Amino acid sequence: MTTSPRPDKAGAADAADTLTGGPRRPHAHRTPGARGVGRGAPLPLLLPALLGLAFLVLPLVALLIRAPWRSMPELLTSTEVWQALQLSLVCATAATAVSLVLGVPLAWLLARVEFPGRGLLRALVTLPLVLPPVVGGVALLMALGRNGVMGRWLDSWFGITLPFTTAGVVVAEAFVAMPFLVISVEGTLRAADPRYEEAATTLGASRFTAFRRVTLPLIAPGIAAGAVLAWARALGEFGATITFAGNFPGRTQTMPLVVYLALQSDPEAAIALSLVLLAVSIAVLAGLRDRWMTAS
Amino acid sequence: MTRSVRPTRRTPTLTLTRRMLQVTGAGAAALLALSACSSSDSDSSATSGSSTSGKPSGTVTVFAAASLKESFTTLGKAFEKAHPDTEVTFSFGGSDSLAASITGGAPADVFASASPKTMKIVTDAGNASGTPTAFVRNQLEIATLPGNPDKIASLKDLTKSSLKVVLCDKTVPCGAAAQKALDAGKLKLTPVSYEEDVKSALTKVVLKEADAAVVYKTDVKAAGGKVEGVDFPESAQAVNAYPIALLKDSKNVETAKAFIALVQSAEGQKVLTEAGFLQP
Repeated sequence: MTTSPRPDKAGAADAADTLTGGPRRPHAHRTPGARGVGRGAPLPLLLPALLGLAFLVLPLVALLIRAPWRSMPELLTSTEVWQALQLSLVCATAATAVSLVLGVPLAWLLARVEFPGRGLLRALVTLPLVLPPVVGGVALLMALGRNGVMGRWLDSWFGITLPFTTAGVVVAEAFVAMPFLVISVEGTLRAADPRYEEAATTLGASRFTAFRRVTLPLIAPGIAAGAVLAWARALGEFGATITFAGNFPGRTQTMPLVVYLALQSDPEAAIALSLVLLAVSIAVLAGLRDRWMTAS
Repeated sequence: MTRSVRPTRRTPTLTLTRRMLQVTGAGAAALLALSACSSSDSDSSATSGSSTSGKPSGTVTVFAAASLKESFTTLGKAFEKAHPDTEVTFSFGGSDSLAASITGGAPADVFASASPKTMKIVTDAGNASGTPTAFVRNQLEIATLPGNPDKIASLKDLTKSSLKVVLCDKTVPCGAAAQKALDAGKLKLTPVSYEEDVKSALTKVVLKEADAAVVYKTDVKAAGGKVEGVDFPESAQAVNAYPIALLKDSKNVETAKAFIALVQSAEGQKVLTEAGFLQP
């Protein structure tokens, strides 16, 4: 796949010759020849900047310093930890899948369809992003709990109860992670030129075909980035999970719950487990660094 | 960061820098104030609290087990009424997490835990001054939905697979006690969740998400009509003693001692037994 620099929004006549060009990155080009750090940086800016940096980095360094490296292997190979890690990975992946299936169409709706109250709807969709997770968990209980507004019918008609089940964990994680994906994909869609889709429809493609064959390949990098973000968010979910799905080893006890409970009985184990989650987060960041590289 | 990009408009930059200086100055001051906040706080209470007259004053911070929430809140209000210059602040939670935060250096004056085991964490770390004394005991009870629709009459009834039962996590006193009671009855129980403290276990029944929970008698009483209590004989094997202790790092020893004295006084015991606690 070749990526060609896209023309400016001004709409230059020579449109990109491929439809696979990724969305334009405003800051794609590094200034050639990095200049000396701090040269010309005023002290009143530099000082708080360094303070801020230390504030963000030092706690993580402390985690590495205090890590019980010697007992690490046995701490991390206990069945409880493996169970929790496995459950965390499975649930985060499932939550991401749910977010993709529901979130991408929702993002498309918000970006491509004009309707009254669209701004309000967008705000509502992004609300779980800023909502305290515990509040999300309480809201989920009120809606989907056994005695909840909708959960009551789920229980009496299908015999489905979500709290205290693995499915409940996936629901809680998807609830907090999906907005990330929706926002990311919607932003990409808005940056993508709608004329490609229009061209496809004038050539006889149905709107859905145009979405499938033109839009999706165009925004694939944005979807991938959003999915990774959502996955990371789901993996770290704590508040909504413990509130909505409870805590049972192997069923609803994810890694963050193990860390929380271990901190009270076995701080060393909690540090070791935190390191595992830290490593996963770093891996996610490293993966996102080339977020606009189209896999080919 | 790079000044060589557009070296125009020199003067605005200068004025800007001056403003930046002011802003950062303010920011740094705020940061300093924040970091000094805790120490200055305790300092002020120390100067006002360690008055030699022995009259309680200043702030006293009490870390107490979740099950003590209602009765201690009542006692705190009574204490403030008796000593107008004082303020009692509480932090209620699972005894184990409270113990962990105390050993981690959380600023508290008094610790009241729901089991000798969790108190031992604090005394072993050398955070308590003097020996802790037991001030009440608490017995377990089964909390069921109002009207007991599942006809739960014994601990054995909870082991039915059709029931959703929540227990406290075994790191928390109520979870350890429940396990003790189950062992005494030679019963195996698989709950749907191990909750992080006794109140969240109770809440799951109050919200009707679980059919039953093994909690303390006092919690059932505190929930009013929202749950129904069922006594079971095995609970006698797992009665918890609640120890209370003055903490070594207390900045307000006089007032903290006065609060502990209130808890142990006839008045305090009356409030506690009314809440469903047993005499020590």
